[in-house]
Amino acid sequence: MRGLRYLEDAVTLSLDADKCTGCGVCTVVCPHGVFAIGADKRATIVDRGACMECGACALNCAWGAISVEPGVGCAEAIIHSWIYGGEPTCGCSTPGDSGGSGSACCGGAPASPREISPTTPEGSDCGCGCGSGATGGAKPPAGEA
Amino acid sequence: MPAGLYRVGEPTSSSPVFVTCNYRMTVDLVRGDLAGIDAWLLVLETYGVNVWCAAGKGTFSTDELVRRIFAVHLAEVVDHNRLILPQLAASGVAAQTVRELSGYRVVWGPIRSADLRSFLASGQKATPGMREVTFTFAERLALAPVELLGAGRWAWAIAGYAALSVIGASIGARGFVWQAGLMALFPAALAYLLGALAGAVVVPAALPWLPFRALSAKGAVAGAVVTVVALLLLPGMLGMLSAWQWAAVILGVSAFASYVGVNFTGCTPYTSPSGVERELRRAIPLQATALALSLGCWTVAAATRIGG
Repeated sequence: MRGLRYLEDAVTLSLDADKCTGCGVCTVVCPHGVFAIGADKRATIVDRGACMECGACALNCAWGAISVEPGVGCAEAIIHSWIYGGEPTCGCSTPGDSGGSGSACCGGAPASPREISPTTPEGSDCGCGCGSGATGGAKPPAGEA
Repeated sequence: MPAGLYRVGEPTSSSPVFVTCNYRMTVDLVRGDLAGIDAWLLVLETYGVNVWCAAGKGTFSTDELVRRIFAVHLAEVVDHNRLILPQLAASGVAAQTVRELSGYRVVWGPIRSADLRSFLASGQKATPGMREVTFTFAERLALAPVELLGAGRWAWAIAGYAALSVIGASIGARGFVWQAGLMALFPAALAYLLGALAGAVVVPAALPWLPFRALSAKGAVAGAVVTVVALLLLPGMLGMLSAWQWAAVILGVSAFASYVGVNFTGCTPYTSPSGVERELRRAIPLQATALALSLGCWTVAAATRIGG
């Protein structure tokens, strides 16, 4: 991410090169270019400080070579978990889930920047559209066409 | 919108299958970006939450994808086994498990649906640029109104600060003079407005240019700068308050802006939870200290004014 870096040494990411088969899926799923396939045809961590601990690499490594403690990098969620216990979760909740804290955003950024819009039609208090249970107006599912 | 399988254009059994969340705006975006391309759109039940958040929360998950593949009888609709997923769903979906459980192969598509067309045109290959999240000025600024409105949720803290400021300013050389304290109300309200502006607008907008990595530090700097600028620009401000009162305002603004600033971590696509936790452990005591000093300044200001 150009121009924006966070605390470099506070990252739980680790890679066990012995288990790596060089399939390269970590280089594909990482949104911050943390991994590259090295000269030895195995993955290496080339930009550890850029890791945001989203957990995509570890989840998709079929060989269990990567470990990271994934979570939401959101102050409000972490403070909430300190006060009320439990794992930090973002405030934008699935129905019936009162976890989190009604945060202005939702633990990580929206999938597509263009999703963020202050003029969100399903106006929730959250820029990323969480909880904005969209209703009506949708084309019916194609079903078993 | 309801989860299920949707048509884009006139897809056939060999058309590509794109998977996305059921946040209406996302679906509309993907449909728009695929205009002119015949494809299937498999919409998962993420309770109206966008892809990345839903993946993090575990609703855009391996289980949901596999369940949905069978629920829509995908095998009767298409004759291939490739699913194109948004890359940011990878924190919720394990491709190897999807293959094991359903036989479908996950192809990691680009992060932004705007890149889908060129992704398809290049034989379903994403360039490195398509694989990296961005946080541009426009993207950050779009979050500012949300942040600004969100700053209102700390109104109780501000009310407490204003009350304590009034008490602090009441305690002067002549004992407790509440009339003297009331004059702290306006600067305390000013501190709130400036702090919200600094933390919720200046921090997002000027994120890469503010010094320090920690967002709490960026917020504190933004708060001090905004206060000094307001002090210099607003006519009559400089003389309205004494130096000690201005010190109280600057400390109050910085503490509040620092807190609002660190809360922006929830909106950024690059802050790690370990980093945020480390930052918070340092920042919260400092913010509390700055607030306490700010309240102390009200008392000193009252004491020096009335005493002198």
